[in-house]
Amino acid sequence: MSTVTNDDFKSYLTPFNIVTGLIIIAGLIVTVIRFTGGLGAVTNLDDNYPWGIWISFDLLCGVALAAGGYTTAAACYVFGFKKFHSAVRPAVLTAFLGYALVVLALHYDVGRPWRLPYPIFVQQGTTSLLFEVGLCVFLYLTVLFMEFLPTLFEWTGWRKLRDALVKMTLVLVIFGVVLSTLHQSSLGALYTIAPSKLHPLWYSAYLPVFFFVSSIAAGLSMVIFEGSLSHKYLHRMMDSEYNKNHDDVVLGFAKGCSWVLFGYFALKMIGLTYDNNWSYLASGFGAWFLVEMLCFVALPAFLYAVGARDKNFALIKWTAILTVLGIVVNRFNVSLVAFNYHLPSEDKYFPAIMEIIISVFIVTVGVVAFKFISTRMPVFFEHPDYKGQH
Amino acid sequence: MKRRSFLGLMGAAGAGLAAPAVAPVTARAAAKDFRGYHDTPGVLFDGTRCIGCRKCELACNKVNSLPEPEVPFDNLEILNSRRRTDSATFTVVNKFDTPTGPVYRKNQCNHCLEPACASSCFVSAFQKNSDSAVDYDETVCVGCRYCMIACPFEIPTYEYHKAFTPRVMKCTLCGPQMRSGELRLPGCVQECPMEAMIYGPRNELLNLARRRFAAFPGRYVEQIYGEHEMGGTSWLYISGTPFSQVGLREDLGTKSAPELTAGALAAVPVVVGVWPVLLGGIYAINKRKEKIAAQEQQQAVSAALAKANAEAKETLAATLAKAEESANRRVDNEVKKAVKEALAKKEEELKAAEASATDEEEGK
Repeated sequence: MSTVTNDDFKSYLTPFNIVTGLIIIAGLIVTVIRFTGGLGAVTNLDDNYPWGIWISFDLLCGVALAAGGYTTAAACYVFGFKKFHSAVRPAVLTAFLGYALVVLALHYDVGRPWRLPYPIFVQQGTTSLLFEVGLCVFLYLTVLFMEFLPTLFEWTGWRKLRDALVKMTLVLVIFGVVLSTLHQSSLGALYTIAPSKLHPLWYSAYLPVFFFVSSIAAGLSMVIFEGSLSHKYLHRMMDSEYNKNHDDVVLGFAKGCSWVLFGYFALKMIGLTYDNNWSYLASGFGAWFLVEMLCFVALPAFLYAVGARDKNFALIKWTAILTVLGIVVNRFNVSLVAFNYHLPSEDKYFPAIMEIIISVFIVTVGVVAFKFISTRMPVFFEHPDYKGQH
Repeated sequence: MKRRSFLGLMGAAGAGLAAPAVAPVTARAAAKDFRGYHDTPGVLFDGTRCIGCRKCELACNKVNSLPEPEVPFDNLEILNSRRRTDSATFTVVNKFDTPTGPVYRKNQCNHCLEPACASSCFVSAFQKNSDSAVDYDETVCVGCRYCMIACPFEIPTYEYHKAFTPRVMKCTLCGPQMRSGELRLPGCVQECPMEAMIYGPRNELLNLARRRFAAFPGRYVEQIYGEHEMGGTSWLYISGTPFSQVGLREDLGTKSAPELTAGALAAVPVVVGVWPVLLGGIYAINKRKEKIAAQEQQQAVSAALAKANAEAKETLAATLAKAEESANRRVDNEVKKAVKEALAKKEEELKAAEASATDEEEGK
């Protein structure tokens, strides 16, 4: 009897489980410290830097990188690229988990998390762009949940509920695009209120447009990136339909993303010219701005185009990683690096180790949840009872 | 939601968007005609009079029952280091070394006419009050700290070490104490030994500042800081040295916080209105394209079928005709053959008959 339990226990001790387990334990310890000692006990936040890595990474990057949900769903259902259909479910699941984790991360960041429903249900600050972000994220999380539910209902076998939800797909997708447009852009618009704090090379009245357009590139690249990761580690869950379309999805998204990045580059140049900021390019911040624009926007735009032309899947995969990194660089630049640029360097913020632990913890929870769901529910394959019924 | 301010904001008009209760209702409704905050109170700080005695800091600490500071208020050594407000300090005096000697400047919430904190707060925890004080309501505050991001003067601070009841802390212009009658003037103004601060209606203060410019030529930089900065503030500053040398940024611009975000907010109804129509249209066009493509395919298929049918019929008919012809020919041949055979038979019979007749004759 005892040997059996011993074996069972051993079979759970995979490298993946050990690493995630340790991260989750560390995360839980910091969670206790955070909620008993306050923000000051775990963060390097101060009066000059009220927003740190939890906003920069967990919120700004998290929301941008979860944009695969609305881009893929819109491409498939609204724009009629039927060959992307097999990519919709993984993308919607990623987006749903992404947004759920953004909300989880906010519980750590705000001072009184139990009041998070206040802006919607108690007193509305409609002049605030953060209100728009909050309302949209709340509604969009609901939409994503409803888009995900058919997967769950197919798993549990509740056909009637599933069919009712599938009928609403198009309405949900359009609602999702509207909400995504609004909050993706509002995240950039949050900073339009602080022209004196954000370096002119990053401050622009077009910030909302920049954030929206770059979120499309982020979404498409994340679908490629996650697709190749899943291909490697969750291949056993994929049916022939998914595998057959996978290459089409990668090539189509690479081509689309190349266009979006070229467009984004052009928009940034228009912004630069409109605000007449070219003279700043000669400064240290200017050099960093050029690195962002050339290495993380122009280069991937070009590489995607080459990769799509040559059907070079390895190149496309690496370009997706470069683009995702570029989005992270951009969001960090706006919210941390170029923010409070006038402060002396000793007053600058650098995240505390416990802040980083929480961010890693939250990503890990997402990966574990994704693995749990996609190895059980019909995400990468069509459920045999519902073939061709989408 | 206050419908008026919301609609006004959508209109994205200039001044008076987040207008406080002091502005007459008519002025708020017609934001275009709003002419400012003439009779609201404010404070004029005269930098040429301040001696850096920190009496105002002490008064503020007492009036607001703030915790005892680490460095006592009679220690002026601390002026040598640059300080900012924090959750236990609503005001600080800083010393700035200029070519003409040290200059002191007090810092605290400027109580903007259209405050960035109020405009940015997603639970409306900040309100510009009729006595000019920007009030903070801790009973709704979620603690997102966007107000701290938004404030161009870096004033709101946070109680980072409180686990359950952290608050945003800032100067209140002694609004609560003055409303309750406890104070007649803000604590700092009342305590200043040099009368470096004057409390009164904002337009009077502006006039007073200009009178001082006229009375003491060459003493002041002839500009009133706060008259237009970020849409104007209730605290006004005059100084003998350029403002940027005493820690006041001169690159803030004159746009108020609501103006800065009006464009992004105005995009909301556009997106909500246009996107569903556009996307629905694209969907409909694609759907129709698919339908037409399907129809065309069907038509092509049926046309091809019809053609194949016709061809098949033709071939059949031709084959049948051919078959008939060959059958006829075969019948003809058979008939001919039969006739021929019959004729041959008859001939033979005839021959045979003839032969037997000859035999008979020979036999006789």
